[in-house]
Amino acid sequence: MSQPYPFFLPRDRNWQPEAYTPGYKTSIARSPRQGLVSLHRGSPSERSGPTFEGLDMGQHDNDLLMNFRTEGEAAGLPIGERIVVHGQVIDQFGKPVPHTLVEMWQANAGGRYRHKKDSYLAPLDPNFGGVGRCMTDGEGRYRFRTVRPGPYPWPNGVNTWRPAHIHVSVMGPSISTRLITQLYFEGDPLIPQCPIVQVLKDVDAVDTMTARLDMAHSRPMDYLAYRFDIVVRGALQTYFEE
Amino acid sequence: MYSQYKLQDDSGLLRETASQTAGPFVHIGLALEIAGFASRDDEIWETLAKDGAKGERIELVGRVIDGNGDMVRDALIELWQADSEGNYISRFDNKQAFSGFGRSACANDGDFHFYTVKPGQVDFDGKPMAPHVNIAIFARGINLHLQTRAYFEDEADANAACPILNSVPSVTRRQTLIATKESGGDVPRYRFDIYLQGDNETVFFDF
Ligand SMILES: [Fe+3]
Repeated sequence: MSQPYPFFLPRDRNWQPEAYTPGYKTSIARSPRQGLVSLHRGSPSERSGPTFEGLDMGQHDNDLLMNFRTEGEAAGLPIGERIVVHGQVIDQFGKPVPHTLVEMWQANAGGRYRHKKDSYLAPLDPNFGGVGRCMTDGEGRYRFRTVRPGPYPWPNGVNTWRPAHIHVSVMGPSISTRLITQLYFEGDPLIPQCPIVQVLKDVDAVDTMTARLDMAHSRPMDYLAYRFDIVVRGALQTYFEE
Repeated sequence: MYSQYKLQDDSGLLRETASQTAGPFVHIGLALEIAGFASRDDEIWETLAKDGAKGERIELVGRVIDGNGDMVRDALIELWQADSEGNYISRFDNKQAFSGFGRSACANDGDFHFYTVKPGQVDFDGKPMAPHVNIAIFARGINLHLQTRAYFEDEADANAACPILNSVPSVTRRQTLIATKESGGDVPRYRFDIYLQGDNETVFFDF
C-alpha cells in the first residue's frame, strides 16, 4: 500500500544538543553510549503521526490566568506579571504548521511548580496551576495567557538557578517533528549561566529558544506580550514512492 | 517581526528550534494526574484501545533504567503504533475505539503501561515490517528525546524478516528491541524495559 506520508529534512544532530553533556550532571547516567542507528528517511512508521482535531479543548485550556481559579475566599487571579506568549509554528521552509498541538507548563511567579515532587520553599499560588494547551490555527498561530514564571534554584552545582522559562511541547505533522523545548525571556541574565542552556554548543541555538518582547501585541494597562516562533523539521513538498 | 528564526548557512532553510529536557515536572504539562492535578475533560493517556477496538488486546509495560541501574521514575513515554490491520490512524480521538497515540509515565510502580492492541504489519518499500510500536522517551537529563521501537517476542518469523530490525548492525543489540511476554494478566502482557546505558543499552534510532 502506498503511504502518503511526507519525508522530512534530517535532524541536525550538531545543532541539537548531544546526549552526554557533563555540565548538566543528570545527563551523565542518562545518555546512551552507543551510536544512534540511522533509519535514514524513516519508514511509514516514523513519517506518520497523530493529529489532534479530535481532542476536545476546554474553554480556558490556553488561559493560565483562568484555568486554575479557585472558588471561595482565595478566589482571584494568579499573582505575577500578566503576559501573553504567542507565535507561529512553522517548518524549516517557513511553511506554517496548522492545526497542531502545542502544550506548555511552567512554575508560578515565585518559581514553584504545582507538582507533588516540587518542594522549593516559594509558596504555591491558589489560583495558578501552570498548564496550558492549544491547537495552532490555519496559519500555525498559537497563544497562551499566563504570568511570567519565576527563576528557581536546582541541585546541579552549589548555586545553580534556572532562568525564568516555560516548557513548550509541539507535535507537528509527524512523530519525526516531535519537539520539546523551553522558552526563555529576552534579556534574562541567568540564561547564559544555566547548565541546561549550555548543553547547546551554538549561541544561535540558544537564541531560537529566546522569546522576544513584543510591544505591538501587548495590551496597554493589561499585559505584555512575548513572541515565540517554533520551527519544526521541514516536510518535503514533493517526494517519490519507491 | 521580532522572530527568533535562524537561517541555516546559505541554504535559506530555517534552523529547527533547539531541544531542551522535559525536566522532572513534565507531568504538569503532559500527564496531569501524575503531578497531582485533576485531569481535564479530554486527555492523551495510556488506553489506546477501548471497547469495540478490533484486534488482539495487549498490555505493554516497561521501565527505564539509567547507567547506574536506577529506575528513571520521572520518565514520560509516548507511543505511536498502527492498528491491528497495519494502518496508521492519524486522528487521535478518545471517542474512537482505537487511537494510535498514547502517553504513560513511570512515576508509580516504575513501569509505564499501555492498554492497546497488537499492531499489524506495515509495509516499507514493499517489504512487511514485523509488528512494532514506536516509543519516545522524555526525562530529566535527556536533552533530546530518545526514539526506539518495541517488537514482540512471539513474532519470531516476522522479526527475522523485518527490514528495520535487520538494519541494526549488531545482531546482539537487536535483542534489546524485543518485548518479552509475561504471564499473569487478563490479556497478553509484554515487557519492554529500556536501558539508557550499559551492557544492555537499548538501540535508539535517528530518523
Ligand atoms: Fe522547569
